[in-house]
Amino acid sequence: MVDWFDNFWSVYSNLVLSLGTNSLLALSIYLTLSCGMLAMANAAFMGIGAYTSSILTMNYGWSFPTAIAAGMVAPAVVAFIIGRPTLRLSGVYLAMATLAFGEVVRLCILRAESLTGGALGLNGIPQLTQWWHVLAAVVLVLFLLARLRRSKIGRAFEAIKEDETAAGLMGIDVNGHKMLAFALGAAIAGLAGVLNAHLTFFIGPQEFGFDRGVEILTMTILGGINSLVGPVIGAFIITLLPELLRSFADYRAVANGLILVLIVLFLPKGLWNPAWLRRLVGLRKKGVTP
Amino acid sequence: MLEQQLFNALSLGCVYALFALGFTLIFGVLGVINLSQGAVFMVGAYAALTAINRLHAPLWAAIAFAFAFSGLVGLLIDRLVLKPLRTRNAPHLIPMIATIGLGLALNSLVQGLFGAENQRFPSEVLPQDSLQIAGVSVTVLELGIILVSFVLMTVLMLTLQKTQLGRALRAIAESPKAARLLGIDVDGLFMLTSFVAAGLGGIAGVLIGLYSNALFPLMGQPMLHKGIAVIILGGMGDIRGAMFAGLFLGFAEVLSVAYIGSDMRDAVAFGLLFLVLLVRPKGLFGTVQERKV
Repeated sequence: MVDWFDNFWSVYSNLVLSLGTNSLLALSIYLTLSCGMLAMANAAFMGIGAYTSSILTMNYGWSFPTAIAAGMVAPAVVAFIIGRPTLRLSGVYLAMATLAFGEVVRLCILRAESLTGGALGLNGIPQLTQWWHVLAAVVLVLFLLARLRRSKIGRAFEAIKEDETAAGLMGIDVNGHKMLAFALGAAIAGLAGVLNAHLTFFIGPQEFGFDRGVEILTMTILGGINSLVGPVIGAFIITLLPELLRSFADYRAVANGLILVLIVLFLPKGLWNPAWLRRLVGLRKKGVTP
Repeated sequence: MLEQQLFNALSLGCVYALFALGFTLIFGVLGVINLSQGAVFMVGAYAALTAINRLHAPLWAAIAFAFAFSGLVGLLIDRLVLKPLRTRNAPHLIPMIATIGLGLALNSLVQGLFGAENQRFPSEVLPQDSLQIAGVSVTVLELGIILVSFVLMTVLMLTLQKTQLGRALRAIAESPKAARLLGIDVDGLFMLTSFVAAGLGGIAGVLIGLYSNALFPLMGQPMLHKGIAVIILGGMGDIRGAMFAGLFLGFAEVLSVAYIGSDMRDAVAFGLLFLVLLVRPKGLFGTVQERKV
């Protein structure tokens, strides 16, 4: 049993831990979505966190906890700075401005070669992330977000999501709350970046580009944004699907894409949809008792 | 030298404009950000390549075939995926996620069928001549690209503005529900739009394939990113805006390569977009109506 587990762990530990980091990313975009903002800069914030912390641990010998803190603060500060002009935008415009910001970050990473290694990326980052770091981070973030949902701030987020104008008229500081959600989301994405960088000991600018940003959104929408469970489930599916479909070889991504389409077609409210699950259970009960 | 660059920019900008036209048409009429449009673009290029290699079709026929084939793909995407989501009143972002899945599937399907390596159009089908116009040497190929793009754009603009069909489409863009009440065949026009928009994307794919003479399964991704930047710059769903923004991006890109460096090329679109959105939150030509509660 122990042997089996050791084997499994040596092959799949990275996959299991990336379930955790991807869950963090999905939760980070969930936070801004729960405040009614479609902001897609999370891949960039993840990159900022990853690069900041890796440079600090590699070049300046910072300890891991302080590097984690720096990797969370840096993206939050950047979010605060770009949030002021960008959060005025709404809907697709916000989404595209934040995506575009992500590309700008990628470009900066590419250009700052002496610091970031440019297109070659950073190699040989110390492998400091332990499995329980990831687990603790996910549990902590879930706990924090669950508390937040039930707090005054969480309710304000919900009010803003439903109707910004009405929320403002009720005396909610719309801009302040949006900024809070944006910066907090950035910090969570940064945390995911730090953990991921110190797990895979390599990071490159390509990992934090457009496609990554879209992938993070896909996880959250796929899982459903009405609860905290949804984003985590979505992250699990998006992470595991390519692995489960290995037998399709060259056509793996075909199957992957089609499964995405089918999930969306048949469960348009996301996978984790309590009403749907209740109905499913209800049907089953009816089937049992004739 | 500068004239040469400007001419290159014009031909590149034309293709961007053409691609963005299809993209923005879908958004305007169907209300969907169709992220599979990049894959459709690539499918068009490969369809033309197949027509030339297998059927020995002349270039013009290959372009027509690419239009029809990618149009058909677009039509199927609408019928099989977008329509069921529409009738089910799926929430806002869901159709977009579906098109991400479709793009992924199409990209890797082509990769499985044709391989990941670069493919080229056989050199004998490409026009090799070049002309001297006002001291600038102009290849017939680039001239053809510009001509094809301009003809297609003009036809589309005239159709949208002057014909009954165009009026119906604009009515749908305003409100599908009201259009249906007015007796417009909304579903039929959705199909037509999907077909034409995807077809335009496919032609853009062929033209880029001719321009750079390199086809690869992921060639649609950078185009998709640029297309997004262009339709936002032009104001979402704004046909004329998309055209101007496409041309604008072509010029910005070519000139930045000439004067700043080639590694900046793919970043120009998003850098511009970010800056423009900060100053003008609705895009350069943004006359988009506020959709308020």
